[in-house]
Amino acid sequence: MPERDHLTVTVQRGGPNEPLRPQTFEVPAYENQTVLDVVSWIQQNADPTLTYRFACRVGMCGSCAMMVNGVPRWTCRTHVSKVLDGNAIEVGPLRNLPVIKDLAADMDPFFDKWVAAEGQHHPTRTRDEDIAPIDPVTDERQAANAGIECINCSVCYSACDTVAGNPDYLGPAALQRAWTLYNDAKDADRNAILDAVSGKGGCHSCHSMGSCTAYCPNELDPLSAIAGLKRATAKRFFGGRK
Amino acid sequence: MKVARAHPLWLAYLLHRLSGLGLAVFLPLHFWVLSYALNDAAKLDAFLTLTEMPLVKAAEFGLVFLLAVHFFGGLRLIALEWLPWSAPQKTWAALAVAGSFLVSTTFLLQAI
Repeated sequence: MPERDHLTVTVQRGGPNEPLRPQTFEVPAYENQTVLDVVSWIQQNADPTLTYRFACRVGMCGSCAMMVNGVPRWTCRTHVSKVLDGNAIEVGPLRNLPVIKDLAADMDPFFDKWVAAEGQHHPTRTRDEDIAPIDPVTDERQAANAGIECINCSVCYSACDTVAGNPDYLGPAALQRAWTLYNDAKDADRNAILDAVSGKGGCHSCHSMGSCTAYCPNELDPLSAIAGLKRATAKRFFGGRK
Repeated sequence: MKVARAHPLWLAYLLHRLSGLGLAVFLPLHFWVLSYALNDAAKLDAFLTLTEMPLVKAAEFGLVFLLAVHFFGGLRLIALEWLPWSAPQKTWAALAVAGSFLVSTTFLLQAI
């Protein structure tokens, strides 16, 4: 059983139309509860105007990420007992994104950069042709596989201090997406990917601080993916071929 | 909300950046003093007597520390970004560098 029967939860309220302010709630403590459970309890029992976002509750959809005690986390899979600071938790909207209201961050810049990093499939065949066979053991395929379980939660984007300091920087998730496509045998336009990630705000803006890899809830490694793009773009610059 | 970011890679980044700034501030002074070797040897010798002061000796230690930290931090970055290695390989490489640095420095200290 928890030591005390209540948690002190401070939630950041407000948005563009109202001032940002912290608001503190006393929430019943249970042996097993996630940060999302706590936020939901506040919205259902204390203040129905609290705005937040979630969908699947099992760590698949990537919509419930928030700042918890200064660290971006997927709140549906974050147990309160693992993040408690004394008996308190501080919850806020994801960093590096505009706030819509309370805990809901505007994800548009995150997904716009996904597109800007050429994070789209460039097909090698039409639907009338057979599906290309893929060898699962090649190094390229392994490199692509390492990054494809991204759930677009924006935890890495929110953790990154380069994003905070450089609004043009594409960010870890978009660059990792570009790296998986670059290594995809079914992708027909790798030069377009390298063009997109080697310009202003591209992979070379990364300072290798590693917060993306340290905080990715799916234990992916965007830092290494971005390093891969740095090597690929440098190799192309010096005339090398993939 | 205060942002928590004190994980090892971020601290390594901070150390590399701060040591680089420290060296950047030091280098113009260093070259300015070295220029006396060409223009005014007596003035250089007078300046070098300062290095006998304990405070200056401590500052020299700080300088060597900054240089060592920045040097190995730079090697770390080059390995991180240019060598598509796995994490255990990098740990072994770092251990090898640290070990060889220890052995060679001990050798050097005994030699002088």
